[in-house]
Parts: sequence; C-alpha cells; structure tokens
Amino acid sequence: MDLRHNKNFTAGAFITGLMVGLILIGMVWTPYDPNAMDGRAKMLAPCARHILGTDNFGRDIYSRVVEGAGATALIAAATVAIGLVAGLIIGGVTGYYGGWLDEVIMRLNDALTAFPSILLALVLIALFGGGKYKIIIALGVLFIPSFARIVRAEVARQKSLDYVASARLMGAGDMRILFLHILPNIVPVLLPSVAIGFNNAVLAEASMSYLGVGVKPPDASLGRMLNEAQGYLMSAPWYAISAGAAIILLVLGFGLLSEGLGGDGHAS
Amino acid sequence: MAVTLLLISLLAFLAFQFIPGDPVTNLLGSDYTPERAAALRHEMGLDRNVFVRYWDWLTGFVTGDMGESYSYGMTVGQVMEGKGAVTAALSLMAWLLVIAISIPLGITLSRYQGGRLDRVFVAMNQVFMAIPPFFLGILFTYVFGLVLKLFVPGGFVRPEQDFWGFLGYLVFPALAIAIPKAAMVTKLLRSSILGQMGQDYVRTAYSRGNSRWSVLKKHVLRNALLPVVTFVAMTLADIVAGSIVVEQVFALPGLGRLLLASIGNRDYPVVQCIVVIIAFVVVFMNYLADVVTQTIDPRIRLG
Amino acid sequence: MLLDIRDLHVTFLSTGKEAVRGVDLAIEPGQRLGLVGESGSGKTVTAMALSGLIERWNVNMTGQVLFEGKDLLACSREELRRVQGKDIGVVFQEPMTSLNPLMKVGRQVEEVLRIHTDLPAAEIRRMALEAMEQVGLPDPERTYEKYPHQLSGGQRQRAVIASAMVIHPKLLICDEPTTALDVTVQAQILALLRDVSDRFGVAILLISHDLSVVRRLCDQVAVMYQGRIVERGETDAIFRAPQDEYTRRLIAAIPKKRKHHD
Repeated sequence: MDLRHNKNFTAGAFITGLMVGLILIGMVWTPYDPNAMDGRAKMLAPCARHILGTDNFGRDIYSRVVEGAGATALIAAATVAIGLVAGLIIGGVTGYYGGWLDEVIMRLNDALTAFPSILLALVLIALFGGGKYKIIIALGVLFIPSFARIVRAEVARQKSLDYVASARLMGAGDMRILFLHILPNIVPVLLPSVAIGFNNAVLAEASMSYLGVGVKPPDASLGRMLNEAQGYLMSAPWYAISAGAAIILLVLGFGLLSEGLGGDGHAS
Repeated sequence: MAVTLLLISLLAFLAFQFIPGDPVTNLLGSDYTPERAAALRHEMGLDRNVFVRYWDWLTGFVTGDMGESYSYGMTVGQVMEGKGAVTAALSLMAWLLVIAISIPLGITLSRYQGGRLDRVFVAMNQVFMAIPPFFLGILFTYVFGLVLKLFVPGGFVRPEQDFWGFLGYLVFPALAIAIPKAAMVTKLLRSSILGQMGQDYVRTAYSRGNSRWSVLKKHVLRNALLPVVTFVAMTLADIVAGSIVVEQVFALPGLGRLLLASIGNRDYPVVQCIVVIIAFVVVFMNYLADVVTQTIDPRIRLG
Repeated sequence: MLLDIRDLHVTFLSTGKEAVRGVDLAIEPGQRLGLVGESGSGKTVTAMALSGLIERWNVNMTGQVLFEGKDLLACSREELRRVQGKDIGVVFQEPMTSLNPLMKVGRQVEEVLRIHTDLPAAEIRRMALEAMEQVGLPDPERTYEKYPHQLSGGQRQRAVIASAMVIHPKLLICDEPTTALDVTVQAQILALLRDVSDRFGVAILLISHDLSVVRRLCDQVAVMYQGRIVERGETDAIFRAPQDEYTRRLIAAIPKKRKHHD
C-alpha cells in the first residue's frame, strides 16, 4: 500500500499533524496564560491580539483551546493505551489458546461491545466518581473488549499460517511465537482500530466533561469548555465554535488516518 | 435473548451493590446516627442477602414495580413517568431521521459515483461523522434558536398539552443526534452498493435487459442493505445513549437528565432502572437485526 | 446474416489499451461459432462489446456491430436494452456468482420474460418451469423456489442457461461457460448447449481459451490473437490443417495437461 497517493491518509496526516503540532507548541508556549483573566478584555470577538477572541473572564480562547485539546488528546491516548495493552494480552492469549475461557470472555465481550460506551462510562463514573484519572481508567477498561475482539480474531487466523508452524518447528515457545512472531503481523489490522479507539475516547471524554461528570476544574478539557461556552452563546459564539472545531479536527484527522490505513473509519 | 437480558440485569444490579459511598449516609446527611442508619437500612431492605434483593428487584421490575427512589421519595416508576416518553420520542425521531436521510442519499451518491456531487458529499460526510452530537446541538441552538429564532432554547411543552408543539421541540435535538449517524450510514450504504455493483450477478441482470434503476431496485439494494441493517439497528442503542447528552444541551426533561441527576444523588434504583431499560433496547435491537437479516438472506435462514 | 461485426476497435480510456484492433466476424442464424484465444487476446472484450455490457464511458468503440442489420454501437441505451436478453442472451463463466444470491432461482429464470413481455404471471411461470425442465434441472417446481446457494455448480449453470434461453433469443453468447466446472459436468453443459441450439435454432458464440471445448460444440472457429482474428474456418478443417502459426501452437497445446483457470 503506497500511502503517499492515498488521499484519506494524506488529508488525515495533515490535519493530525497540524493539531499535534499546535498542541506540542502549546505545551511550551501559548500567546497568553490560559488561565490569566483580563477584566478589560472580556468576550472580545476574534481580533489581531486574540485570534479566537476571549471568554467571559477575558481569558484568551486560543490558549485555552490548545491547552484543552492537549488535555483531551492525552486522556484519549492514555485510554487507548490501557485498552490496547490489556486487549492485546487478553485477545492474544484467548485467540492463541482458545478453549472455554476464550468462549466465556468472548461472550462477555460481545455483550459489552454492543453497549454504547458513553452509557457504560457514565455507570462507572456513577460508581467510582469523576475526575481526570478515573475517566482514563473507566474509558480504558471499557475499550478493552473491542481491542481484545480484534486481536483475538486476528491471532486465531494467523496462528494457522505457515510461518507460525515453522517458528514452532524451530523450537520457539508459545509466548515467543505470540508476541515476537504473530504480534508484528497483526499491527496493520490493529492500526485503524487504534485511530478509531482514539476518536471514541475523544468523543466520550468530551461528552462526559460537557455533562459535568468527567474532567473537573481546574483540569482543562474541550468538553468542559463547551459546557461553559454554552452559557455565552449569544454574546460570544466564537467560544463554543472554537472548542467544538478543535474536537472535530482531532476526530476528523484520526478518522481519515484510520481510513487511509484500511479501516472503515466508523466511530461506533 | 432472555438469558442475555437476565445476565445484564444481574450485572447491573450487582455493580451497584459493591460501590464506595453509602446511600444511607447520604440520605441522612447531618441527621446521621448509627441507630437511625440501621433502622433506615432495614426499612430499605439493605440488610438482606444480595441475591434475595436481586430476586425481589427482578420480580418487581417485571411486574412494573421498579422500586423506591432514594432521593425523590417516590417510586422509580413515578419519577420516570413522562421522562421515558421524551427520551423514547427523541430517540425514535432521531433514528427515523437517520434512515430517512441516509438511505436515499446513499443510493443517490452511488448513482453518481465519482461525479462532483458524489465527491462533495463524500468529503462532507467525513466532516459530519466527526462532529459530536452535543456540539451540533449547541450549534443548532445558536443558529436556529438564537439567531434565526425558530425555537426557544430551553423551551419545552408536554405532549399532553400540545402534541405537535412537543414534536417540534424535538426536531432540532433529533437532527443533532441523527446527522453524524446518518453520515456513517450513508457512507456504509454507498460503499456497499458500489461493492455489489461490481458483482457478477449484476452483469447477468444487465444482460437480461434490466435498466440501471431496475438492477438497483430488484437486485442490488437487497444485497447492499444486508450489512447496513445490522448497523442501523445497533445505532438505536447509540442514539439512546447520545440522547442522554443531547437532552442536556436542549434542557429536555428526559431520562438523560434524570440519569445525570440520579448519578449525582447516588440514587441507585433510578440509575439501575435506566441502565436496564437501555440494556433492553440494545438486546432487543440486536435480536431484531438478526431477524431482519434472516428474512432478507436465505443463506442464513436455511444454513 | 444474424450478426455482422465490421472493423470493430475497442480502446479502454482508463489505460489507453486497444484491446480489439479491427475485428470482422459474422454469424448466421443458428450457427455455432467458437472464438478462441488466450486471456488478454480480446475475445471477451469483443463479446462484451457486442452484448452491450461494456461500460460505454470507459471505452472508445469504432466500427459496426450489425445485429439483424441494426448497428448496436449506434443504439441508445434504451434501444440496446430492448435487444439485451430478448435477442441476445449471455451465459457467464462463474455460475457461483452470476446468480443473485437473494433471489429465488425461478424468479431469476423468468426475469427476462417479465422485462420483455406482457404475458400473464401464470404463463411466465409455466414457461420458466418448462425451460428449467429443458435444461435438465431436477424437479422444476421445487427448484423454482430454491435459492442459488442450494444448487450445485452444474445446476446453477443450468439455471443460468435456462434464464438466458427461456425467451428463445436469436443469439446466445457463452463466455467460458464450462471453465469453472468439473470435467464431467463440462461435457453435460456442452451437450445441453448443443441441444438448446439445435432445438430452438439459437446461434451460439462460444468464447473459450480451450480449443477442445470449442471442437465439441462449434461448427466454425475464429482464432483471436492480440486483438485481431488470425484465422477463421470450419472447425474440422482448422484442426486438420491450421494455417496460422499461433493456431498451430494452440492445437499443439491441447493434449498436454489442461489447466482450468483463465
């Protein structure tokens, strides 16, 4: 697959690169302190000094959006990392060995993946409370089944291929075969799912923070910004639009990347 | 299906039994004394075995007695009255909108594949798929509510007062939920149709003198809809979950707002009940998707 | 003259490849002609061009395809559709995939009648059952209600043939109709095509890479190589004394182990 001539991949890489670049720059430098209030510059429309305007406290919206996007992206990345690592282990082992444990775990997975992840996350939040780290753990745990499912199917398919048999003939142990031989071969199948998982995490985090059960102040997040911004829609619509646009660009970039890599690009 | 439902209800019930934070402590607040707590616990039946309580709750649920809300001093049934209807109407409207938008659009786009219309819509689809429904809701509130004044943001009428007015207030929330989903379904249907168009049986159909339209209508559509049916059925569950968030944007008094309030109040009987209802939707739609797929596809029906 | 192809050129716009470079070919009513060549020789493109199944926006076609004196290349889509199925039927290579998996076999057999005639439903059904009987499908009444996946490969190809001949077309184009089938079934299908052709006076244009298949069915053979017809004549004459170097090589290849993929 030649990715250079793949329109989806190119567009996705461009948008994602732009967002990641802005976020990285935002970590060391933003035009203003995201939390610095300026009583003389409340609710300014976008202008030369504040390119996306200011909010009700006179804080620079661009600085806040960049900070929020960074936080949201980090949460999503951490979530995906948890789901992916646990999914790889569970899916790898069940796919490789099969048996009754495989049956039970996959039944459970089927039931869980059919559920809307926002709802399950809300239940977990109801049980354990909100906040940045609890959100990461709750969403991460919820993403395990979908990753485990993909890994399991792919491992089960790969283990019957010739290269696995020849590795076994050469005396490689199960774990060595699974993680050194099979794993690299399922990466191409896994990559699009990772991108989609990232998007689902962004959307879930943004929704929950918007609802006020996710990230809590003083931590920044795009969802929480939207919650605040909704109250100033009439006087400062650019506030909500900027935060929303940041979410859309994040999701769009990864969605296109996922499709470029051969996934179907659906957030479920 | 019954087994799955039972399992989910048991999980939902158990989950709420092993949680940090005691509803009794919460309820009593500053009136807390160990004696009062024990009395209240007994009154609420919390001192009995978990499985006994599960059985009580389950039999109650089936007979329509969903238990007592902790925080509202009413039965769960009374708390939910009217709210379920709002969420159900909103979800159903959004779901129908998804179907009404995506099926004609998917067919049209596949017809003009590669053309300018197709390219523009495919690119737009990508963007729409990336919009979170609640942000779309906020945009609608701004554009149609505040600027164009087509509806009053935060306004609502009960269906028994003015049924059409009630539906009117649901149109924009429903659209906010439906549009990103419709974009996904459109895309799926379009690529499914195009995939089928390259199949051998399509060439056979043309060789019999079918026009393009009748090839599509008589042959391709059924085949192309197969993968779409399951997806569309499963979106209803997503839509119900999405409506929880979007109700908040439009301040609609539905199950979503109740759920959030109950989570805040640690009112577990209410949360439990809503979760089980949504679980029922998920399981039922799963089942429905299977049934529809089987009626369309004889290969599954007869093995 | 039933079909008269004059100086047909077909060039694919997407690749710029000229697949057919000036073909002249004629078929009399009821005649059975084999068009032989290796894959890429342009034989299938020729057949698709004259049956109107080529996507017109993707090709540039010049020359004439006269069917009963009417130039099919000059026809509108609408005019072409009145010929497709009714006067020209097509049998494809892959019986596994050339039937709609979600439509009852009987409905597919009778579809051509529904498109081209105004006969009452009962009469259409009767004709479909009759055609299914004629092509040797077992128990037509029950097979009518079956779906393609319930039939064997040979039965499916019989169903495809039934669906093409139910309206008694004047020309049946068969594109490698036996390639995907077992050797024993191949012989049965070729016998069936011969029978249909004799009984209803249907002309057959058989496209194949396999001269031995052509020999069993066709009175005449045309050999195609790199987009051109290099030799044409009576089947027996060509087998006895091939004129062209390429034909000789094709004939020499027959006794060797035959491979059944294109």
